[in-house]
Amino acid sequence: MQKKNDTPQSQAKIAVRDLTMAYGHLVVMRDLNFDVAEKDIFVIMGGSGCGKSTLLRHLIGLQEPAKGHILYDGGDFTAASPAQRISFIRRFGVMYQSGALWSSLTLAENIAMPIEEHTEMKPQEIRDLVSYKLALVGLSGYEDYYPAQISGGMNKRAGIARAMALDPDILFLDEPGAGLDPLSSRRLDDLILRLRDSLGSTIVVVTHELASIFAIANHSIFLDTATRTQGATGNPSILRDHSENPAVRLFLSRGEESTSPSPIHS
Amino acid sequence: MFASPEVNPRAQWSLDGGRVLLELSGDWLRGGPEPEVIGEVPGRAPDAYLTTGLGDFDSTLPAFLLARIRNENGGEYLLQGLPPNLHGLMELALAVPEEIEARGKPADTSDISKLGALAINTWASALSVAEFTGQSILSLGRFFTGRAHFRRSEFWLIVQQCGAEALPIVTLISFLIGLILAFVGNEQLANFGASLYVADLVGIAMVREMGVVMTAIIMSGRTGAAFAAHIGSMKANQEIDALRTFGFDPFDFLVLPRMLALVLMLPLLTMYANIIGILGGMLVGSSVGIPPVLYWNEILTVVSLDNAFLGVFKSVFFGIIIAMSGCMYGMNAGNSSAAVGNATTRAVVASITAIIILDSAFAAIFTILDI
Repeated sequence: MQKKNDTPQSQAKIAVRDLTMAYGHLVVMRDLNFDVAEKDIFVIMGGSGCGKSTLLRHLIGLQEPAKGHILYDGGDFTAASPAQRISFIRRFGVMYQSGALWSSLTLAENIAMPIEEHTEMKPQEIRDLVSYKLALVGLSGYEDYYPAQISGGMNKRAGIARAMALDPDILFLDEPGAGLDPLSSRRLDDLILRLRDSLGSTIVVVTHELASIFAIANHSIFLDTATRTQGATGNPSILRDHSENPAVRLFLSRGEESTSPSPIHS
Repeated sequence: MFASPEVNPRAQWSLDGGRVLLELSGDWLRGGPEPEVIGEVPGRAPDAYLTTGLGDFDSTLPAFLLARIRNENGGEYLLQGLPPNLHGLMELALAVPEEIEARGKPADTSDISKLGALAINTWASALSVAEFTGQSILSLGRFFTGRAHFRRSEFWLIVQQCGAEALPIVTLISFLIGLILAFVGNEQLANFGASLYVADLVGIAMVREMGVVMTAIIMSGRTGAAFAAHIGSMKANQEIDALRTFGFDPFDFLVLPRMLALVLMLPLLTMYANIIGILGGMLVGSSVGIPPVLYWNEILTVVSLDNAFLGVFKSVFFGIIIAMSGCMYGMNAGNSSAAVGNATTRAVVASITAIIILDSAFAAIFTILDI
């Protein structure tokens, strides 16, 4: 089914081909094409309401594309049968915007549930693993708290700990830094970089926080609201100064940039 | 990574002079063999690590380490000798000391303290019922003096939800109740050759008790639960705070229209249920040889307007109970989805209980007054 010329591109960890996203007849974004390589920290950026979270929902299979394909390690995720989909999804870890912790479970139970259901670890090992995951996000000692008893930022961090529960191959984070103080946000960026380096996970982050974008991303896509398609892809630091698209330069420089691109000297 | 055979994980503690040394080796993978621990685990973190024999590892290794090296007084951890990626993760995991305060303290579970807690809770909930009732009365006062603000369109929407949309279920239940009453009554009355009195039995029972009580119970399960869930999730979503900061009184805005709608609609639904129940009895009657005309005439002679009024009179109070418990538990709900479920359960249980208790009280009062 794949055309010959698709083969080299499908080496990428995530490959998106001609993806069009729509709610009914309302097209959100059309003709998205990008690759995410293994161990990339890939940032999906763009203005509010441009479809960043919608793209994430497509990537993790919560919404079906109107057109196009999403491939993981060359395997077609969009066309996969429900049973095949589960084997794809088992490799994902997802943190939702507001944490989305199960409110009737404690933090420890939230993280332990996927481990208990999907592995055969012993209770003591699971407890150690849960404590470690919580320690990574700076929540040691909060094992027995319910999500309603801790702050929004802590909920978010616990959400990241839960997303990492099964050492996922690909970690999806929806607005991880939003609602955190600058230091926590910085710590989180540090965490993301270290996770990539030590576990070799590929990480996809939806964010519009410039400091985070420049700190963590080595690859990115900019979704352009005006044209309803991708504005640019590439390393954000390079895009800021050298992108052909003025909207991208404006976004990445908080609107303070001159309107013409500076040429690349190299 | 794919070809290398797995080596069993091993952790070996040793003392080298005054220094604690930890040697890690093998592959630490989830689902792999259990790690072998050699030597006594000392009370303090190792001063150095030896990791020359360390193979692949996932989160199991840092989890294992963290559980064994972290001590309660914090302090410096020496992570010398760990491979860079593990070093980074351990540094991150140890960066924030464990929140000892946050650890749950064992709850005091003696019977005396449980009794005390129960008494305090009961008193607190009695106070909150009183406060809510007071607030509702104040809100009603504002309504009758024309100072209460709520959106008329929302009021009519609630009227539709707890009136017209409840008709199918009320029809079904009250028809079946009439049917059951007639069947059971006929069974006994036929012994005396008094089958015609089935009409008296169904008529009186429906209009005085069954019609109003069944309708009230249906409505507390249907509408009271909906009120509690709706207001509870509004609370969890800070929508009620948003109303307050715009200067809207949540009682006027949320509780008052719901209470008025139910007080308006429950009597109407009760009257409707009475008629449907009597028709259900008529169906059974005609099947056991009572002609519908005879049945109807019998109903008209025994079911006085007084009798019919009693049921409708009670339904006004039941409407208030349903609306108040639904709104109260919704307003007092916690901030999570589990709390909303809890509030809904409590609202339904409380309103059904209160309805039955109040109905018994009415029965006693009417008997004493000989109505």
